[in-house]
Amino acid sequence: MTAPSESFLELRDLRIHFPTEDGLVKSVDGLSFKLDRGKTLGIVGESGSGKSVTSLGILGLHKDGRAKISGEIWLDGEELVTASQDHVRTLRGKKMAMIFQDPLSAMHPYYSVGSQIVEAYRIHHKVGKAVARKHAIDMLGRVGIPQPDRRVDDYPHQFSGGMRQRAMIAMALSCDPELLIADEPTTALDVTVQAQILDLMTDLQREFDSALIVITHDLGVVAELSDDILVMYGGKCVEYGSAEDIFYRPEHPYTWGLLGSMPRLDREPTERLLPIKGTPPSLINVPPGCAFNPRCGYAGRTRGRSTSQVPELLETEGGHLVRCHLPRAERRSVWENEIKPMMEST
Amino acid sequence: MPGSDPPGHPGRTIVVAFIVRRVIAAVLMLAVVSMATFAIFFLIPRALGQTPEGMASRYVGRDATPEAIQGAVKRLHLDDPLLVQYGRFAKGIVAGQDYSLGPKKAECPAPCFGFSFNNNQPVWPTLLDRLPATLSLALGAAVIWLVTGVSIGVVSALRRGSVLDRAAMTVALAGVSLPIYFTGLVSLSVFAYTLGIFPGGGSYTPFTENPVMWFQALVLPWITLAFLYAALYARLTRAGMLETMGEDYIRTARAKGLKERTVVTKHALRATLTPILTIFGLDLGLLLGGAVLTESTFSIQGIGKLVIDAIRGNDLPVVLGVTLFAAFFIVLANLIVDVLYAVVDPRVRLS
Amino acid sequence: MRKTNVLALAALGTALTMGLAACGGTAGGGGNTSSGNNATGGAAPTAKHNDAYTKVVNASDAKGGTLKFALSDEPDSMDPGNTYYAWNWNFSRLYARPLLTYAAEPGDAGLKLVPDLAEGPGEASADGKTWTYKLKKGIKYDDGTEVKAADVKYAIARSNFTDELTDGPKYFAQYLDSGGYKGPYKDKNLDDFKGVETPDDHTVVFKLKAPFSEFDFLVANPQSAPVPQAKDTGVDYEKTVVSTGPYKFESHEVGKQLNLVRNENWDQATDTTRKQMPDRIEVQFKQNAEDIDNRLMAGQIHVDLAGTGLQSAGRAKVVQDPAKKDSTDNPFTPFNRYAMMSTKVKPFDNIDCRKAVQYATDKVATQAPWGGPLGGDIGTTAMTPTTVGYKQFDLYPNGADHKGDLTKAKEHLAACGQPNGFEANVAVRGDRTKEVQVAEALQASLDRVGIKLTIKKYPSGDWSAQYAGKPDFVHKNNLGIMIAGWGADWPSGFGFLSQIVDGRFIKASGNYNMMELDDKAVNELLDKGIQTTDSAARNEIWAEVDKKVMESAAFMSFVYEKTLIFRPANLTNVYVHPAYGMYDYTWLGVKQ
Repeated sequence: MTAPSESFLELRDLRIHFPTEDGLVKSVDGLSFKLDRGKTLGIVGESGSGKSVTSLGILGLHKDGRAKISGEIWLDGEELVTASQDHVRTLRGKKMAMIFQDPLSAMHPYYSVGSQIVEAYRIHHKVGKAVARKHAIDMLGRVGIPQPDRRVDDYPHQFSGGMRQRAMIAMALSCDPELLIADEPTTALDVTVQAQILDLMTDLQREFDSALIVITHDLGVVAELSDDILVMYGGKCVEYGSAEDIFYRPEHPYTWGLLGSMPRLDREPTERLLPIKGTPPSLINVPPGCAFNPRCGYAGRTRGRSTSQVPELLETEGGHLVRCHLPRAERRSVWENEIKPMMEST
Repeated sequence: MPGSDPPGHPGRTIVVAFIVRRVIAAVLMLAVVSMATFAIFFLIPRALGQTPEGMASRYVGRDATPEAIQGAVKRLHLDDPLLVQYGRFAKGIVAGQDYSLGPKKAECPAPCFGFSFNNNQPVWPTLLDRLPATLSLALGAAVIWLVTGVSIGVVSALRRGSVLDRAAMTVALAGVSLPIYFTGLVSLSVFAYTLGIFPGGGSYTPFTENPVMWFQALVLPWITLAFLYAALYARLTRAGMLETMGEDYIRTARAKGLKERTVVTKHALRATLTPILTIFGLDLGLLLGGAVLTESTFSIQGIGKLVIDAIRGNDLPVVLGVTLFAAFFIVLANLIVDVLYAVVDPRVRLS
Repeated sequence: MRKTNVLALAALGTALTMGLAACGGTAGGGGNTSSGNNATGGAAPTAKHNDAYTKVVNASDAKGGTLKFALSDEPDSMDPGNTYYAWNWNFSRLYARPLLTYAAEPGDAGLKLVPDLAEGPGEASADGKTWTYKLKKGIKYDDGTEVKAADVKYAIARSNFTDELTDGPKYFAQYLDSGGYKGPYKDKNLDDFKGVETPDDHTVVFKLKAPFSEFDFLVANPQSAPVPQAKDTGVDYEKTVVSTGPYKFESHEVGKQLNLVRNENWDQATDTTRKQMPDRIEVQFKQNAEDIDNRLMAGQIHVDLAGTGLQSAGRAKVVQDPAKKDSTDNPFTPFNRYAMMSTKVKPFDNIDCRKAVQYATDKVATQAPWGGPLGGDIGTTAMTPTTVGYKQFDLYPNGADHKGDLTKAKEHLAACGQPNGFEANVAVRGDRTKEVQVAEALQASLDRVGIKLTIKKYPSGDWSAQYAGKPDFVHKNNLGIMIAGWGADWPSGFGFLSQIVDGRFIKASGNYNMMELDDKAVNELLDKGIQTTDSAARNEIWAEVDKKVMESAAFMSFVYEKTLIFRPANLTNVYVHPAYGMYDYTWLGVKQ
């Protein structure tokens, strides 16, 4: 083990591999990043890129023996990969909490919303049911659910989608977690509600001064929220930088694709400007060389390196990291001269 | 949504209205069942050319004279049109009926399901007499199979692929495939006749007479019957558990920091058991209508033994009585399961 | 050194077993080598297979204990006046005493009638139409009241002349001269029943339509056991039968359980045939048939009430285990299993074609479905060996090994004008596995001489009413051969033969003379016999009838049926009663 991390949260070369009958699935393959309190990190990628596995890995939910985990996860000075399962469990819900996508399936259908919040609270606080219930009503009120004292006994299916997501947030925040991970928090919601939920999360983060990780396939969601953005592809980080870096100076062709496929209010939601052709890579038989090369429109400009050599994650300038074989100058020029004008023209 | 009656807690009026509706439906269904049974026993033989005398000859002695057969036809009303016979049967249930014993008439007060063609005993008291044995057998076995089946299923699911899981599932496969009369006779021959640990067949004694004997005599039948169902329920539970453990809300429960045991018992088991509860209710209802094979194998004089003998002996009134009795239990079990389901699963509305 | 020792021990062992065998053989012939007795721990002399067939096994005077019976079925009724089951005619004597009954003896002696309720056998009038019985004095019911002649008369009236009690035979209705008597349930005045008269409380006089020399056999039926009119509850009487025998009803749950206890008002002094050994007798009905066998072998119950023997699994165990086989007996039942050839269906209307079948049949093959030699002896006559008057003969010897005489068969085929054989149908009760297998064995047998049989299966429920027992149907469907069986209601030639060979009993439906044999000689012999009061002369006549029937070649016996019944070691006073073909249920006791 290397020296303890100075950051609130730091991942060092995290690898989460699943042995299956078909072979080893490398869901997360050497991921590193840091995050401080009060800051927000957006992790962006298609489904299967490893972003959800990463978040569950941080929570220690892959520690049931089936996954092979290596690397380090430092949380507030503690290393979690080597920590006991039971110890990590005591941190879950209290020190770190998660907001799951699709709250209808993520909440137990047979228990009332209130009782699920009460349960979360009472795991970590030795209080009576009445106290916990009052806390649950408080939490529901704080996430903006009207008449929380009435709705507290309702069941998840009796809530609307937005309300359900608010309840889910209330549950996650019930123990004042210092690290909050939101996995696709707004995917199932319509655009107006989406905005409300995102606002709510920023407000709450400010209030609690917690570190926030927002996981999404949609760059638009993290645009306003994030301080830093991490783009994942095939279990690896392909580009990392500040929100400004990613939106205004993106250097990886995959990031360009993501930007191009962002739905915008002035376009039909189904309309995509620059769709990324092809499908995400198999995590068992990762293509040789750059994992993105079969789908990359610029792979021809790497003089064959993209199919033979795995590119490294290198810093281009001031904390902006890119994993690409294209020479930096060429990446810049493609962005400035080919991609950007096309996006602005519409 | 706010202001509406929360369907997770069915209001009293809703439950009452639901039950009333279902009871009416049940009565109609029982009427249909009785008509169908009647038709099977009277209409079809007649359509195949059976005469009333031919039918009556089954219920008199060997070499009965034509006069005796005619007498039986008249006494059992076999020459009446089907509708008249059915009407008499239905009237008997509501108003009772009389039956000629010879020197005097026997009164059969409502509900009168008629008299056995073979031994002249009134059907309804016979059913009530046989019920405790069937109840004892079915309920005892149900407790055993529910506890063992579900625990084995849960453990198997949690230790999927382990030696224990494979062993349990192999035994379960055997349990599902082996017929009760085989397992029953083998268990009797080993535990009763060779080792002498338990009493042999035909030793069932009512609980009220001798609770110790009641228990001892039922151990083997319970286990034999429960073996079959436990195997079935272990497989069901295992499959359900594996499915539930993959649900998002289980991940949520873990993310909250719940202990694994709580995740399994409070979150996973509850969701897994709900559909199993439905099947359990129906299985139990079906068994209360008679565990034919177990009762026959162990010579327990319950509803199942009664009906199989009645079918063999073409004893229509008894067959009809048991059919209605069994149908009643199935309907009742359905009703209870539906109400229970609504209580357990807040998403279900009674309608 | 060691080897010699072993040999010496082995030699000693052989000597011991031989000694024991000798001991068992002489039934208590004592004084054998004293050194060996310690090894056997004073065990009772071991009975052998079929011992109870010729003598009383486990004879004992020890009273007490509970005798347990089990039955896989339920009875038609436990009312002595309303039952047609042979075992029940045996069992009901525990609580019902008819006028006469069979002597308590194994072997032929047991076929003799002895007085029971009556003082002696019936006295017939000169014209043979009036039979008078004097009742023993001082015989009481279990409630202490005395048995009266009127109660016997009432018992006959209720069992034969009512619509409600349909289960027993109706011989009294058939033979008594009772006019248009309506029965005691419709006509409460017993004086209107003219068929039986009771001049005083101890005399019963039966008035017959025609002479009937075997009337004593009829009154040996439990239907003659007295029933007080005031106690009769019709079909429900089986719940509370009033007892005259050594046991009385304690409780009777119909179709479930019957418990009998000692009847203190029964007096051994009046009874020459019964014992009163156990304190209680318990009967369980509707028990699993295979489990009954296991319980018998485990000694948990004592008797399979039906007396029809072990199931196939139980038989297999007995056959494999000599020790178990020694605990069994293999008596004849009253049944003959046979084929009848219709004298009205071509080509069986020709006697030579019938004879061809007699000679061609492989009787070893047709014996097999019944269970081989344990299931019955190969039959050659209509009457069975336990019928009074039976004489052994074989008119159609089909080879020394009974496997068929094909040369003879072909000769008769030629005589019949069918030298190459012919095609015919054999009718069988399709739901009776054994009978179907017999039909198949017959099919294979006859195929050897070119007779091609087609098996026609009919349901047993309507076999006699609609199919084989309906001559019209038989003719229309060319049923040349019918597989059937018959057991007599009383063990005499008349009881056995009259229903199945008398030409005047051919009925349009419910006919048992399926061969439609209407032989004047046979009919006249039957009439002559039933009017012959001398029993020896009468029995000669029955043998003659048998011969005449066999001469017609329309009747072909497969087996005289036998059962294999199990005799648990804890059962005492066990012997096979020949009149029932099962143990005498009134003698049994249990070891404590």
